[in-house]
Parts: sequence; structure tokens; C-alpha cells
Amino acid sequence: MEVYPLAFPSQAKWSYQLKDQVLEFYLKLVLIRRFEEKVLSAFKEGVFHGTTHTSIGQEADAVGVISQLEQEDIIVSNHRCHGHFLAYGGSPRALFAELMGKPVAVCGGRGGSQHLHWRNFYSNGIQGGIMPMAAGMALAEKTKNSQAITAVFIGDGTLGQGVVYETLNMASLWGLPLLIVLENNHIAQTTPSELTVAGKIADRFKAFDIPVEEINSSDVMAISGLAGRLIADVRHYQRPQALIVDTVRFGPHSKGDDTRSQEDLQALMRTRDPLCIQASRIPRDVREDVDQEVEALIEKSYQEALNDPSYDPAHEASVTTK
Amino acid sequence: MTQSVLDSINAGLHQALANNQQVVLIGEDLLDPYGGAFKASRGLSTVYPSQVITTPISEAGITGIAGGMALRGLRPVVEIMFGDFLSLAMDQILNHLAKFAYMYNGQVSVPVVIRTPMGGRRGYGPTHSQTLEKHFLGIPGFRVIAPFQWKGESQIGSPGQLLSDIIQTTTQPVLFIENKLQYLLPLLDDNNLVDQDCQDISSSYQLENPFYRIKMRGAPEPTVTMATYGYMSHLAIQAQKELAFEYEIFCELLVPTQLAPFELAPIMQSVKSTRHLLTVEEGAGSLGWGAEVLAQVASNLGGNFISAARLTGAEHPLPASRQLEEASLPSVKDIVSAVQKMV
Repeated sequence: MEVYPLAFPSQAKWSYQLKDQVLEFYLKLVLIRRFEEKVLSAFKEGVFHGTTHTSIGQEADAVGVISQLEQEDIIVSNHRCHGHFLAYGGSPRALFAELMGKPVAVCGGRGGSQHLHWRNFYSNGIQGGIMPMAAGMALAEKTKNSQAITAVFIGDGTLGQGVVYETLNMASLWGLPLLIVLENNHIAQTTPSELTVAGKIADRFKAFDIPVEEINSSDVMAISGLAGRLIADVRHYQRPQALIVDTVRFGPHSKGDDTRSQEDLQALMRTRDPLCIQASRIPRDVREDVDQEVEALIEKSYQEALNDPSYDPAHEASVTTK
Repeated sequence: MTQSVLDSINAGLHQALANNQQVVLIGEDLLDPYGGAFKASRGLSTVYPSQVITTPISEAGITGIAGGMALRGLRPVVEIMFGDFLSLAMDQILNHLAKFAYMYNGQVSVPVVIRTPMGGRRGYGPTHSQTLEKHFLGIPGFRVIAPFQWKGESQIGSPGQLLSDIIQTTTQPVLFIENKLQYLLPLLDDNNLVDQDCQDISSSYQLENPFYRIKMRGAPEPTVTMATYGYMSHLAIQAQKELAFEYEIFCELLVPTQLAPFELAPIMQSVKSTRHLLTVEEGAGSLGWGAEVLAQVASNLGGNFISAARLTGAEHPLPASRQLEEASLPSVKDIVSAVQKMV
């Protein structure tokens, strides 16, 4: 089988230089946004099998945090993982192919949208279940003295799961190098967090003596600055740390299941769009170049994935008769 | 001094921790001088302090943590204090540990061993006495092992040696089912199992784990196949003797140590000639292990059966009362009469 390029296209392939972080972050924000938009539109065309959870509006969390991790660090993500995967450097073509269920994809099409593993990136689709998995990885790396830290992404909806608190307890007791990134988009599927979360989220971490920082922002520069400091702390002090990012999910939970007022969302998009915030820092001509090139890359990746061979059910049959 | 099953398991854990720095034991109340609720872990935290982690009461959490450790190159062994508490770890087993290798397209292995004691007759009542492994059988990617009290030659296949080998070599998550009453039993060999012949026939069938066949010594060809595992095999050995000496009914007893994935061939081979099959299990039986044995034998043998039956625990929670509990679990007498009814 062909050795499939799973890594993000290298900088050398871009026509301009990624001179600074501002531009690099912008590129990744746009990449995630265009990828997710393509996913939602292609779903309507019946290209994908199953379902998906997009992270439109939350791109700055993924890029801000993951850009601050070292190569040996570990990322554990959840059902809404495309943005994290792309921010980590995963190939959009491989991810499109995964959603199309192709043999050459990230996990050979077995995992699909929610179940990815590539290098030190892992995701799974059970709410909260990834917390002990991430803590175990942090414990293993601490045992090995590797200096690698583990970053786990959860949401406000995940806070209803008991295993989260079992994990916070042990992570604190054992001083695990674990960064818990809580992307608080204030909605669990369709239920607002006022109906699911009692008290203050930060207090839940404080109860376990886990230091917690909170940022209400969609600005990737602000998030990356804070994340960088916290990641350094986790590595240096070998202890857990929580980072709550108050954010906005612009899109539906899944494909078309948004029951919120579109007017309210439009208003939020005007002030909380991470792409607009970052775009304001970049000269217009450069920005337009990036936009075009990312758009072209997404389209090319999508077409390549479409053209990648599919499984032949006749060869793959594993139904048994006993 | 005769070694008990508990001694053997304890020795197996010592061996695994000593042989391999990657092995880490994680569970509740493991530290010496207590050494675990049933003492299987006694002495380990003293000799290997950095490899033994005592935990809060968090079965789901510690099972998940073991999964994460295994993904990053360690070989964790989880002790779940009572088998009854295994249900708390079900999501981690089913949706995490057992799935990773397949859903990540074979890029990872998850060498976790989860050990836990099942079983009743201790008067612990509805939530500390159950035999629950049937709920964990048939999970793709998940192996279930129940040791037999056989010492054999130079310990190969003994409960402790089996455990130690699996801990050090497995590439997938394994549930290792122990049993509270089996802990107390002596290991058997040809010196103390005097009326019967016990043979590990796994190599004849290319099986990875021991599969025992026990026959009455010097007896005529058996006319009944009994299949069982774990502590129930101890009762079946006694029933086999009683049936031979008192009623001249000769049984072949088959004792797998690997329950899942299911291994049919040795049982099939035996039933082909005896055409009578009794399965014995301690847990509530409907939709369980015996049902699978019978279904697979039937679909392979067609109508060439004379009779088949399942002897199982009661279809209600286990009561605390000594008399009620005893009436709810298969006994030697129950096995004897079940076989008598078949022939």
C-alpha cells in the first residue's frame, strides 16, 4: 500500500514565507474553518457516511494551545477533534479520507470522525472517558522521566461525567503532568450549560487543588500566550493544570441540530470570530493570499481524498456464521 | 508445604514485577501490610515500591489510567477488589481499552491485565458475591482468562505462571478471573490428584493458553462430557469421582483457561464421541457461557446429540443467607444429579 502523507504540507510548499507566528496562526485558523465548512457542505452531498462534530468558532483554542506543545507532548481529544488534529499538523487529505472511510486514511477509515490516532494524537468519542486515558499517559511519561506532558481537551458538557472527577483526584494526588483544556462553549449538544453545570466550573478544579486559569477570548494570540505559560508550568512543576477557555460554538453540535437563535449567533460572530480577530493583524494582500491558498489546499485535499481508493466490501467481509 | 492458588498468584505477580520494570500494579488497598483485600498482592509494595500504586476507590478511573499507561509503553496490572465492581469499569473496557487497537487501525497495543476475584459462598450478599464474567465475554479485542488449580510439571500453566506470562507478553487487554474460594485450594498435580488423569491438551489444538482434559484413571471410555472452568472445575472433579465410584458413569471433564475468544475444538472433539454435554458455571446462566458452548457445539454437530444441559447459578441476585446462597449456586450434588438425568 502507498505510504500516505499524513503530515500537514510543509512550509516550503507555500508561495510566501510564514514570517511570524501571527501569520502561521492565521493560516491554521483558516485551514480548520475551511475544512469544517467543507465537511458540512459535503455531508449534504452524501459524500460521507455517518456523522461529524465541527468546531467552527472554537479554532483559536486548538491552535492557541497546540502551537505551544513540544514534539514529544501528547494530545488527547474528543468527539469534536478535527480542529485539534489539523492544529497538530495532521493532513487534511488524510482526515477527509478518514471521514470517507478509505483504507489510506488516518485510521484506515475504521475510526471515522471521532476516533483518530496519529503520532502523539489520540481521540475518542465517549464523553469524559478520555480523561483517565490522558492521565494514564501522563503517568507513564512521568514514570519514564520523559518530560513530555499530556494535554486533554474536554468541554463543559463533559463535566457531567463522574470519571472526570475520579481523574482530577488522582491527577492531583500523583502530580501528573496533565493540562486539562476545558473549551467552555456554554452548550452541551443542544442544552445550555445553565441547565447542566451547577456552581462555578473553576471551583471544580480548585476542589482538587488543581491550579486553574480562565480566559474569555477567541483571540489566538491571547490563548497561546496563556497556554504557553501554563504548559511550561506543567512541565516544570510536574503537576496538573486546568485552562478554561470561554468560547463560542458557531455551528451545530453535529450536522443540522442547532436550536439556538441564529440572530444571537450572528451577533456573536461579529465580535467573537477568531479568524476576524487574527485577520485584523495582517496586511490585506497577505491575508488574501493565505485565504486563497488555504482554500485551494482544502479543495485539492478533498478531491484527492475522493479519488483515493475505497474498500471493496467483497474483500473485507468479516461477518461470521458459527 | 502445598502451595495454594492464592500463593501461586502472589508468586506470579512477584515474578512479573521482578522480571519487567514496565509492569506496574495499580489498585485499591494494595500496600503492605494489608496487601490487597484477598492478599494476592501481599509483599509486592515492600519489594517493588515504585511499581505498586495504591489508588482511591475509582474502578473506572484506574482502568482508564491503565489503558493510557499501556498506550505509552507500560504493562499495567489492575486489581479490582471484588469482581462485582468490574461493572464500574465496563465503559473503559468496552469503549476504550478493547477498542483502541482496532479503531486506531492496528497502530497501538494495549497490554493491560485486569485481575479480579469473583464468586460466592462467602455470605457477602448481592453485591460482593457475584460471578459476572459472562458480561465481559465476547467483547471484540478483549481476552478473558480463568486459571485452573493445576500445578503440573515445573509450574507451567499454574495460575501464577499463567498470570505472569500473560502480564509480560500480552499485546491486548486481558481480564484474569480469580475466585475467592479457589484462592484457598491447593495446586493439584499427579501426586494429589490420585484417581484422575489431568492433561493440558492445548498444544494438540494450537491453543495459546492451557486447556485441561481430566479423565478417571483406568476407566472405560467416557460417555458424558462436562465443560466448566475456574472454581467450578474443583466441584466438577469431585462430581466426576462420585459419578464414577457410586454410579459407574464416566465423564470427561474439559477445563479451558481461555474463555474468550471462545475455543470450541477440544469440546467438540469430546462431544463427538460422548454425545452428552453438560456445562457448569457459577453465574446466572441465561445468555451466558454455557449457552455459547451449547450453541456452537449444536451448530457444528447438528442433531448428533443425545442430550445437552446447562447447570448454572440462580437467575436472581445472590442472597446473603447461608442457606439461600447455598441453594442458589451449583454444588457437587447438583452436578452429579444433572449428569444422572442425562444418561
